[in-house]
Amino acid sequence: MAFVFFAYFAVVSIVAGILTVALKNPVQCGLALLALLLHVSGLFVMLNAEFLWAVQVIVYAGAILVLYLFVLMLLNLKTDDRYFHAKAPYLLAPAAIGLAYLLFLLVGSPFNGAKGDASPAAILMNGDAHAIGIKMFSDYLLQFEIIGVFLTGAIVGAIVLAKTPKSIETRRDA
Amino acid sequence: MIPLSAYIAVSAVLFATGLLGVLIRRNFIIVLMSVEIMLNAATINLVAFSHYLEAMQGQIVALFIIAIAAGEAAIGLAIIIVVFRGKISTNVDEMNLLKW
Repeated sequence: MAFVFFAYFAVVSIVAGILTVALKNPVQCGLALLALLLHVSGLFVMLNAEFLWAVQVIVYAGAILVLYLFVLMLLNLKTDDRYFHAKAPYLLAPAAIGLAYLLFLLVGSPFNGAKGDASPAAILMNGDAHAIGIKMFSDYLLQFEIIGVFLTGAIVGAIVLAKTPKSIETRRDA
Repeated sequence: MIPLSAYIAVSAVLFATGLLGVLIRRNFIIVLMSVEIMLNAATINLVAFSHYLEAMQGQIVALFIIAIAAGEAAIGLAIIIVVFRGKISTNVDEMNLLKW
């Protein structure tokens, strides 16, 4: 049963990823990206990461994607005739060969390592959010604070960048 | 039981898709969306290793990646709006000057 769900989430996220890159209309690309994000969040549930599932749905699908769609609608883009790079067909074959070789290497690799202390049973005892919170606010507190400062800076920078320049305003008044 | 390699393979395919999108798409907004695909591929990798190696660190870093992606989207879209105001285009081929 788990395999059926994994196959569904994996296949749909890959197809949605390809559609995001291949579709012509930017709004359709955004909707394909939405499908990708939701199915990737499904993969997180398969991996016992319920908190990341919620964060993915709320932050990615809820905030970031809405921002993309908002800007797309705001700019009211006309679809270009040339929406791919001129040499795109020549890039496809090397990309496919490189990806096939990479997959061959990855699937053959053993991927072993030292096990940590967060076994699925230990996580399920108090829930995933509890486990992440304990770790985040003890070992990773400094990084958490840095991310907070980073996000503040990003928001301030975005507002400053996207603000209407003053010179245009005064020119319009004159 | 799904092997770890299956998740890594999905992540690799998604990353390659995103990389190809960055290389061949000409619309700046779609290029940013392709970057989001690549960030998602990295997140899948981290969460998969976090689950199979039974360590919490992967999920913490995945949370940081989502925060970085939010900042990147905000700044990138602000830059798009600034460029669009000056040139009425989001084609990356036409953005070949830092200042004009």
